[in-house]
Amino acid sequence: MNAPALPKASDYKSELKPVWCPGCGDYHVLLSLTKAFAALKLRPEEIAVVSGIGCSSRIPAYTNCYGFHGVHGRALPLGTGLKVARPELTVLVTGGDGDGFSIGGNHFLHACRRNIDITYVVMDNRVYGMTKGQPSPTTEPDWDSALSPGGTGVRPFHPLVIALASGANFVARTFSGDIKGTTDTIVQAINHPGFSFVEILSPCVTFRPDQRGWKSVVHPAPVEPTDDAARAARRIMTDDGFNVGVLYRGSREPYMVERAKETGEPAQFDGMFEI
Amino acid sequence: MTNAPGPQITDLGELLAYAHAIEVDAMERYQLLADQMETHNNRELAKLFRELAGHEEKHAAKILEQAGESGLPVIEESAFHWLGTESPEAADLDAAHYRMTPWHALQMALGAEQRAFAFFDHLVNTVSEPEVKKWAEEFRDEEAEHVELVERLLKLHPEPAEGWDLDDDPPYLQD
Ligand SMILES: Cc1ncc(C[n+]2csc(CCOP(=O)(O)OP(=O)(O)O)c2C)c(N)n1
Ligand code: SF4
Repeated sequence: MNAPALPKASDYKSELKPVWCPGCGDYHVLLSLTKAFAALKLRPEEIAVVSGIGCSSRIPAYTNCYGFHGVHGRALPLGTGLKVARPELTVLVTGGDGDGFSIGGNHFLHACRRNIDITYVVMDNRVYGMTKGQPSPTTEPDWDSALSPGGTGVRPFHPLVIALASGANFVARTFSGDIKGTTDTIVQAINHPGFSFVEILSPCVTFRPDQRGWKSVVHPAPVEPTDDAARAARRIMTDDGFNVGVLYRGSREPYMVERAKETGEPAQFDGMFEI
Repeated sequence: MTNAPGPQITDLGELLAYAHAIEVDAMERYQLLADQMETHNNRELAKLFRELAGHEEKHAAKILEQAGESGLPVIEESAFHWLGTESPEAADLDAAHYRMTPWHALQMALGAEQRAFAFFDHLVNTVSEPEVKKWAEEFRDEEAEHVELVERLLKLHPEPAEGWDLDDDPPYLQD
């Protein structure tokens, strides 16, 4: 008896080799994701990984779970629809800050509000990696680059606070290089009912080489997670942006997928909409 | 970041399971790095990482052999407790670069071997069961040999001059 029968992270990897730049934080995220699946003892066919477009959005292809590499910014509607249709699946929606907060920003608000039982993992590198380094909604206003000389001067979007204000039921920030912390957080996010949002600081070493330094500035959030959204929001708005850990665990009832399903056959809808 | 509670190892089987997991993780990490280098057409490094993976594979096989017929106890991946945030001998992924040189790879390997040494050294100093301590000492000494070996290899591959990462034809050009 030499081969342990328990699932291992490698059991969730596909044959496809990632094409990310060596050093990219997304490699760590893939590891953490697969480790989380192993820890939860889920079978690949019980999981669906859905994404939009971007370097980070390639992640579904690198797992052997069900996957959907959708269109840019539309990962959340896809994941939402999938969960409503197949509530027994564990649905993870994945992508980048550009995909989720620029073109997909509106979907982000409403996914938080709907509170469907899915987990949204954003690999935030504060840049559009795939399209060669344009600033994203989370980019620092003074980030100087060939494509944004002198910086954009625009105030960054604060995804964690927006998630809280919009009704997300679980909010966490992690750092990709902390594989154990990220794995544990993803496990908790999946286990928590409702819409869970995990922002992973995941360096883009090609367009943001400065982010290699994140490793030495991230630190554990000095407080326990709270179930008070206002308190969580105040903490997040006043921290240095590098606090990692679970920051908020809410108790909102998730959207009742089962009740939605009870409506049954399309013919029943005809009756409901009759004037 | 995660505050690791550290390993609590009380019997030999468990120690062997830890040692095996360390080698398998190290092997998988070098394979991943070799894949990255192949994708980015750094063939010299791809070959070097494959060789390093091969060494770790042999170490893992040796531990299985040492475990004998009874095999290794089954421990969930998430139940291993390391000193840091992951298995000690897994090379530092975020130090990778598509134009990295053998010196960089050996620096990664050195860090990995040193962490593995520190892990077993920690066990030697903390476990109370004599047999576990004796085996931990043996693993620690092996890791010390690996550290020396990598240090010797580093003498053959000196640090590249500044500008090693400059690419006249970068894969991503901003302007
Ligand atoms: C409708 C549409 N608009 C724009 C694009 C171009 N595009 C591809 S990926 C991307 C942004 C990627 O940034 P992010 O989501 O942060 O992911 P990263 O590559 O940094 O992981 C953009 C604008 C597209 N593919 N489709
Ligand atoms: S461009 Fe940036 S985000 Fe894309 S793979 Fe490379 S390092 Fe990762």
